[in-house]
Amino acid sequence: MLRIPVAKSDELFAAIASQQTLYLPADRKDGQAEYRKWEEGVKLSSRLNTVRSAKDFFFPQTENLAEFRMEGKKIEVIDIRKESEDFVIFGVRACDARSFTILDKVYLVDPVDTFYQTRREHGTVVTMACTRPAETCFCQTFGIDPTEPEGDVSCWSDGSYYYFRANTDKGQKFLDSLSSLLEDGDTAALEETKAKTKEILSKLPLAKVSTENFGGDKLNEYFRSEKWGELSESCLGCGTCTFVCPTCQCYDIRDFDTGHGIQRFRCWDSCMYSDFTKMAHGNPRLTQLERFRQRFMHKLVYFPANNNGEFGCVGCGRCLSKCPISMNIVKVMKALEEK
Amino acid sequence: MQVNENTNFEPVIVAFCCNWCSYAGADLSGTNRLNYPTNVKIIRVPCSCRVNPMFILRAFQRGADGVILCGCHPGDCHYTSGNYFTRRRITLLYSMLDFLGIERDRTRLEWVSAAEGAKFAATMQEFTDAVRKLGPNRRLEDLRCRKQ
Amino acid sequence: MQEAMINKAKQLLADGTVNRVMGWKRGEFVYDITPAVFETAEEIDADFVCDDFTAANVSKYLVKESRKEGKILAFLKPCDTYSFNQLVKEHRIVRENVYVVGIPGGPKLDAEKIKAKGITGILCVKNENGTLKIDTLYGEETMPYYEAILGKCETCKSRKHVVYDELIGEEGEVITAEDSGRFDMVEKLENMTAQERYDFWREQLSKCIRCNACRNVCPACTCENCVFDNPASGISNKAAADSFEENMFHIIRAFHVAGRCTDCGECSRVCPQNIPLHLLNRKFIKDINAFYGEYQAGEDTTSRAPLNNYDKDDCEPSIVHERGVE
Repeated sequence: MLRIPVAKSDELFAAIASQQTLYLPADRKDGQAEYRKWEEGVKLSSRLNTVRSAKDFFFPQTENLAEFRMEGKKIEVIDIRKESEDFVIFGVRACDARSFTILDKVYLVDPVDTFYQTRREHGTVVTMACTRPAETCFCQTFGIDPTEPEGDVSCWSDGSYYYFRANTDKGQKFLDSLSSLLEDGDTAALEETKAKTKEILSKLPLAKVSTENFGGDKLNEYFRSEKWGELSESCLGCGTCTFVCPTCQCYDIRDFDTGHGIQRFRCWDSCMYSDFTKMAHGNPRLTQLERFRQRFMHKLVYFPANNNGEFGCVGCGRCLSKCPISMNIVKVMKALEEK
Repeated sequence: MQVNENTNFEPVIVAFCCNWCSYAGADLSGTNRLNYPTNVKIIRVPCSCRVNPMFILRAFQRGADGVILCGCHPGDCHYTSGNYFTRRRITLLYSMLDFLGIERDRTRLEWVSAAEGAKFAATMQEFTDAVRKLGPNRRLEDLRCRKQ
Repeated sequence: MQEAMINKAKQLLADGTVNRVMGWKRGEFVYDITPAVFETAEEIDADFVCDDFTAANVSKYLVKESRKEGKILAFLKPCDTYSFNQLVKEHRIVRENVYVVGIPGGPKLDAEKIKAKGITGILCVKNENGTLKIDTLYGEETMPYYEAILGKCETCKSRKHVVYDELIGEEGEVITAEDSGRFDMVEKLENMTAQERYDFWREQLSKCIRCNACRNVCPACTCENCVFDNPASGISNKAAADSFEENMFHIIRAFHVAGRCTDCGECSRVCPQNIPLHLLNRKFIKDINAFYGEYQAGEDTTSRAPLNNYDKDDCEPSIVHERGVE
């Protein structure tokens, strides 16, 4: 398998960055990680994952859609789209990589979201296999193997080498462009690392969480469950879970009056918010219970109902560590399953 | 603090003036044919106390380079005590803006009575000059609102 | 402690003093604790918890809970009692419907700080003579206890319960600003240049994802409809589309709670991006103390709030412009 010594990672990153913009998880002063543009001196984070997910690259929090200028009674619509540049996201975990598949099911079906599509076409995803999963991880629940991540290129590390395998044409092209740096090598050490990781994976506290009691056919059973009251009771109605979630894909479209025109933009929205899907007659979900239920029903029931059984969650564990009141999808699943 | 080298820069100054004293003061400076810079855009408010901190921030958002708030002298408020509340509120707001690193000379509060036309004109001249020296507001502007 | 609380709760439920108990519920791990209302002794026995990780301030839940039928028991740490008192003062909590039992405060621990050390796979955390022994999926790890203390507890302002019906443990004392050092960081920032302060806050506030966790957890933020959620306000926004909006949200939020913020530190505790939001509130508190005399929100239920009050001899805003450091 193609590989490069970890010690030469700066060389590797410099080679990638010389061709296209490279983003990778880097440590912040506060000890958390975030995706940052690579430049001389930026080091790949050792944290398991970033606070914000990698969906930002394809579905950013805010995005301008169009501009309007008015003169008298004439309205001019201006397409503000710029030429997109190719970019590489390096070090995406298996969970985030799967989230792109889920977002694709929303944005690349008819009517195709061309903003999203353009970004997907220009982005090369290089994933990184996990070696130290955390207690909050439960990607296995959704059939993800963090030691075999998807993406255009899969990458593994055994501590001394990075190993690469291309999964798509785009990925192959990417590896070809780095061929002078990569060498063919033996993978014995890597297999050992993988085996160790697999052992840890089987011991994870959430390893037993299962989706077998969830899916599109559970609507009536769970929608009317009495558990929602108790579960949503302490929910603050903030959007933390939604915004750190790699698969949440709802947005709102708004106009901003710049004083010399109108800017139409979209921004992430959260079903936890009181003004989510507010219409002329008001809001269809009047209390936090309904909003809370919506978020989890969407991930566990509605989404699989519309997408051949695929769940709207990848088990990255971000909401487990970030929810201000520590209420999360695992607790919801366990509570709903209790008869 | 950076000093603007572009001498052609003309700042936009927003002046919130209370209806009873400062706005009348501005009027008086006009009837007395006193000059004050055309940079100053006056917004009349019923009382200086009406000025929500948001108004000041939004003035900066939408292109103001300096914001000055004018009201009746303490003790002379048409509504007895409005400007006393203003004083506390605005002191804290300006202090907070300073804390966030916004140049402190972009904000000002001045008490101007209906009889002080000359003071109004002089204050506006002085404030405009001070902001002109600072250059355009970059730290508290909304890039979307910048005129291309 | 937990046992004494459980006994107290069961006793008060049994004798009919209260019909519900506001407390904390055990989670999947050691640290993921959820504020919860318990209605029966069985529920309490099963899930009630009070330990190093029960940092959440439950006062705000009492706004809603105190309007329900019957009386609720609330276990409040010293810092929580300030928030509670402030909400009583603002007529948000119906005092008669809450039975307050004061419990000793922190310091509480912050799982994020443990994780920031690179410790992962946390299964169990124990404090042994100032050293945290952390049982993980990758073996046992240790770190100094004080390095894992929650930010808000590091600069604790008071061990005194300002309101209670009953106390478990002893009455504590207020801690002076000198001893707590809670204004030290504000002072440090004040002594920087404007450019340095600007850079500091840009770095911090640009991390904001506008999840509104700070606002929604804040016991002083109890508006029925926030100006930032109200489409008719002209400034509602769901995301910061420009750096200006990042600044505006936090300035306005801090300003709206100025004089009412008790410095409970929940905003910074819940921020998923670790923005030190409490520094904005503390700046206001420090200024209020300096300009208008010492004031601690929540200390009592009768005094006038500093921004609802004035003195004819108050300082002029020019005090800001005449400061030494640029």
